[in-house]
Amino acid sequence: MSSTTHAPAGIRETTEGTVYDVTGGDWDELAAHAAKSDDERIIVNMGPQHPSTHGVLRLILEIDGETVTEARCGIGYLHTGIEKNLEYRTWTQGTTFVTRMDYLTPFFNETAYCLAVERMLGIEDEVPDRANVIRVLLMELNRLSSHLVAIATGGMELGATTVMIFGFRDRELILDLYELITGLRMNHAYIRPGGLSQDIPPGTVDALREFLKKMRKNLPEYDALATGNPVFKARLQDIGYLDLAGCMALGATGPILRSAGLPHDLRKAQPYCGYETYDFEVPTVDTCDSYGRFLVRLEEMRQSLRIIEQCVDRLEPGPVMVADKKIAWPAQLALGPDGLGNSLDHIKNIMGTSMEALIHHFKLVTEGFRVPPGETYAAVESPKGELGVHAVSDGGTRPYRVHFRDPSFTNLQSMAAMCEGGQVADVIVAVASIDPVMGGVDR
Amino acid sequence: MSTSNGNGPKDSPRPKGPNENDPTQRGEESLPVPQGDPGEVIDVRRGMFGARNGGDTSGYGGLVRTVRLPGATPRPYGGPRGGAAYGPFDEVADELEGALEEQGLDPDQVIERTVVDRGELTFHIAREQLPTVARTLRDDPALRFELCTGVSGVHYPGDKGRELHAVYHLRSITHNRLIRMEVSAPDADPHVPSIVDIYPTNDWHERETYDFFGLIFDGHPALTRIIMPDDWQGFPQRKDYPLGGIPVEYKGAQIPAPDQRRSYT
Repeated sequence: MSSTTHAPAGIRETTEGTVYDVTGGDWDELAAHAAKSDDERIIVNMGPQHPSTHGVLRLILEIDGETVTEARCGIGYLHTGIEKNLEYRTWTQGTTFVTRMDYLTPFFNETAYCLAVERMLGIEDEVPDRANVIRVLLMELNRLSSHLVAIATGGMELGATTVMIFGFRDRELILDLYELITGLRMNHAYIRPGGLSQDIPPGTVDALREFLKKMRKNLPEYDALATGNPVFKARLQDIGYLDLAGCMALGATGPILRSAGLPHDLRKAQPYCGYETYDFEVPTVDTCDSYGRFLVRLEEMRQSLRIIEQCVDRLEPGPVMVADKKIAWPAQLALGPDGLGNSLDHIKNIMGTSMEALIHHFKLVTEGFRVPPGETYAAVESPKGELGVHAVSDGGTRPYRVHFRDPSFTNLQSMAAMCEGGQVADVIVAVASIDPVMGGVDR
Repeated sequence: MSTSNGNGPKDSPRPKGPNENDPTQRGEESLPVPQGDPGEVIDVRRGMFGARNGGDTSGYGGLVRTVRLPGATPRPYGGPRGGAAYGPFDEVADELEGALEEQGLDPDQVIERTVVDRGELTFHIAREQLPTVARTLRDDPALRFELCTGVSGVHYPGDKGRELHAVYHLRSITHNRLIRMEVSAPDADPHVPSIVDIYPTNDWHERETYDFFGLIFDGHPALTRIIMPDDWQGFPQRKDYPLGGIPVEYKGAQIPAPDQRRSYT
């Protein structure tokens, strides 16, 4: 119908041949209409494959000129159904899954999950001291490595590639320690309900002391490089502003809440794993902005080093698993020619000597232990905030339901409040200061 | 059908119907009844190893297990570290009941059940009163639960009329306390009032619970799917939604998909 009312596309005959141009049709009217309004409002779809959006986060920004008028998140691109999968594995196998949630804080996921299972079993107080010290040690190493990535990627997104290089350089030292202790750089499944999968190998304490020495030297470099840097400050100060009321309303925890001046830290408020016996401080600033969050993270890293030092001094020989043989894995793992597995001595015992031990091993490994019915909520202070686990048991050998309250998920909600009304370029800074990890957001 | 039933020994007790010959029914009459609320029955399990239709020849086919969640706790509630004396949990309950009475509400009608289990306090709230209770818990200076850690859904298909549960954990930074609120809705009417206007942090959490459980939070500003794609069919974390998966070969053996493996519950 429109072909009769509008002129068809123009056709001209030239010496080169017939030339068709693309004017005409209904588009002339639309183009004229668009040209008439000087409205510069456009909607920009940033991500999910954008280099500065922390993985697969998708930001939908409505932009008027350079100003962001509305900002929304699109999430779910990294959903892997971990919570559903847990319902089809034993309680012990669960650690293998939860460690993959927020892949930058695997030890916090494992500890939170194990604390929930232990409370369900009523064996919280039976976890050996050595296991608790190693848990705290690994969590504080993990806090360091997570904050290093937060600062490194945040710097990279600003174009401060030196910060990025420094951050990943120091994180590498920590990953080496993980590898030494657990055998893996990530996805450890090292912390298990009742304790740990195995003891730390010989030489760990020396490696830790060496690391502490290096880190004491490296940590001030971030101060020297960024803290007083006028360019860095100009990009971060007053950006991503969220005051205390906003934090409380949006449920933001961790460095975001502490950058608004509230010294809320579950390690102090509701201690677990013996945190009440360690000497450390909870840093706060009252700037409510990205720069404040950077300062909080930096100071938390210093405090983590203090805690690690105390852990190293406290490592006394002892068991790393509860004594209850109905829960504890039958044997320590050992390094064989084909990797980490059941120790050959144990295999020899169950296959050749004791049929009862074989039955016990088989039942515990394939069937798992039963957890009395009920529900519980265990929370730890992860580098990003309150990491909570709501676990429900129906009395069986598998979780009935496990829900992770991941701090990245909750904190990411504050993106709109931090970005709307600001500049497009500052969205990157604000999102980097939230430090969301999509593995934790989408689970 | 007849072949699978014929596998077991002739004299094995194999109940055919759900109500016929139920050993727990008989057993419970003779056992001393525990004091107080015996707990919420969420399921009655039969047999073992996940076998259905009489395919289980292990002798466990007649097993019947009633699954109960902890029931209502009598006063005093004590505190997170246990103890039968008056404690922080009683303070919270007293303050909440007092504050509800001030608003002209009957606490017994609003709080269906109070459970203390494993050092944690749970209020089971009548679902239509959820916003009132949440607002009271947030605003009353003696309660002041300023941080809501979101909502978690649980699906109990065996808990007839209360299949879908929404579980809220509230943290008071002022008083350093943690409590749990739980509401339930039947599968046929999966509606729960939204508390986003009281705790804005629940925006995404309620969307997530809707996404996975199909719980509809009335009054939520934009209740859409958040994790799953917008056009997804079904609610993946309900118990009747299959996990899926295919058998894989490992070292020459076929390993069935996780939801097809032997289960002990």
